[in-house]
Amino acid sequence: MRYNAFQILKQGLSGHKGWKPMWRDPEPKAEYDVIIIGGGGHGLATAYYLAKEHGITNVAVIEKGWIGGGNVGRNTTIFRSNYMFPANTHFYEKGMKLWEGLEQDFNFNAMVSQRGVINLFHSDPQRDAFARRGNAMRLAGVDAEFLSPDQLKEMVPILDFKNARFPIQGGLMQRRGGTIRHDAVAWGFARGADSRGVDIIQNCEVKDIVIEGGAAVAVETSRGKIRGKKVAMAVAGHTSQIAAMAGIKLPIESHVLQAFVSEGIKPLIDTVVTFGAGHFYISQSDKGGLVFGGDLDGYNSYAQRGNLPMMEHVMAGGMAIMPAIGRVRLLRHWGGIMDMSFDGSPFICKTGVDKLYLNGGWCYGGFKATPASGWCYAHTIAKDEPHPLNKDFTIERFREGRMIDEKGVGPNPWIQ
Amino acid sequence: MHRIDCPWCGERDEVEFQYQGDATKVRPKPDASEDAFFDYTYQRDNPKGWHTEWWHHVGGCRQWVKVVRNTLTHEVHKTGGPQSKLPLPRRKAEGGL
Repeated sequence: MRYNAFQILKQGLSGHKGWKPMWRDPEPKAEYDVIIIGGGGHGLATAYYLAKEHGITNVAVIEKGWIGGGNVGRNTTIFRSNYMFPANTHFYEKGMKLWEGLEQDFNFNAMVSQRGVINLFHSDPQRDAFARRGNAMRLAGVDAEFLSPDQLKEMVPILDFKNARFPIQGGLMQRRGGTIRHDAVAWGFARGADSRGVDIIQNCEVKDIVIEGGAAVAVETSRGKIRGKKVAMAVAGHTSQIAAMAGIKLPIESHVLQAFVSEGIKPLIDTVVTFGAGHFYISQSDKGGLVFGGDLDGYNSYAQRGNLPMMEHVMAGGMAIMPAIGRVRLLRHWGGIMDMSFDGSPFICKTGVDKLYLNGGWCYGGFKATPASGWCYAHTIAKDEPHPLNKDFTIERFREGRMIDEKGVGPNPWIQ
Repeated sequence: MHRIDCPWCGERDEVEFQYQGDATKVRPKPDASEDAFFDYTYQRDNPKGWHTEWWHHVGGCRQWVKVVRNTLTHEVHKTGGPQSKLPLPRRKAEGGL
């Protein structure tokens, strides 16, 4: 069923009784051309692009819980492509372009809102570093704009411009960045994949990956053995566990990242502001809640909840740069488990095991990458070789000394 | 909130400490193979359950404390000094893979 104004009218006149479920709930078949482990944003996007771009529709997405129950629903909904290193710049810009056409493409309202993303700077060296990044972006064809304090004051008047420790000297803005209704991304990709024949199998946990003659041939699940000509992992947060089933050890640690939403208030901020120096960033949802976050808690964790010290740290960052929010009450907070790679960049690649593919290591940047990740991963799986856009996101880059360390902090995942 | 029992200072809040990663990794000898250094620098078991790790008591005695902690429940099982042998508990973490 196509969603459009005519359907709304027609269903409205018939008591909304004609809407169909957005995807089926099929029993797993004995064999698929491609098995995708993980029904999150990336797994569903991969299935969607496998079907749409490569005509591979005999695909199963196998999910332990329910689709979209992981990090695609546990982020702060921001998308942007303001990276400096070529591998990242071009990859995330591909994602940006896909976001821009996504709703028409998958016929689902994901509330893509290009409200801009602003990175604040507070010192001459930070200004220079941001200018360098902005210039690198523009050379690669990505939009970047330098904002003076006066321009910023017009756009975000509630910032504390004269903060004693971090006076605001300006900002680097990407106007095409913004926010998206994150759950709708999972649902849109799921519906698009399902309508093309992909089986989305929920409540089905992968227990083992079966390898015969050096190639992945099947997965053992809580609902029996399912054979697959190709097996693809997309389980960021738990990549180490699934990869271990195939005997693969990775440069990944799992860490918890918290995010917060306040009670709904009247419009206060109509863009995304990041205060990197104070480990705080913020936007406002359409419901009026302030959505904000900060750094990792900073220790290995698989608990989808954080601790109070980091909560306090994030709030302190918010109070420093936006004191007006001090009286706003916190409504909810949550934690998501990040695959922290040892250079802060992801993996979309083949593995040492034939017919087994890896998508993971997204650190805390996985949501914005969802369509680009699915698009590149689908290509990698279908062609059995990476697309030029993801050829650098290999496991081998660490052995070869080709790390993509955007932050330049070295092999310490907890500060990446 | 983690409460970590520093062998020198006693039980303290996690905010006094800086996490320093997997303590099972031992630096290879200088003439060890490239593979050994690769493994030491980059490869991690990343267990879901008991994890032996370093917490640097930067806000206290500045000693490195070895901690056995559960990455799923955040329970701290045992702490010791850098030379301490800290066996993992026998029981498995709830739901750990």
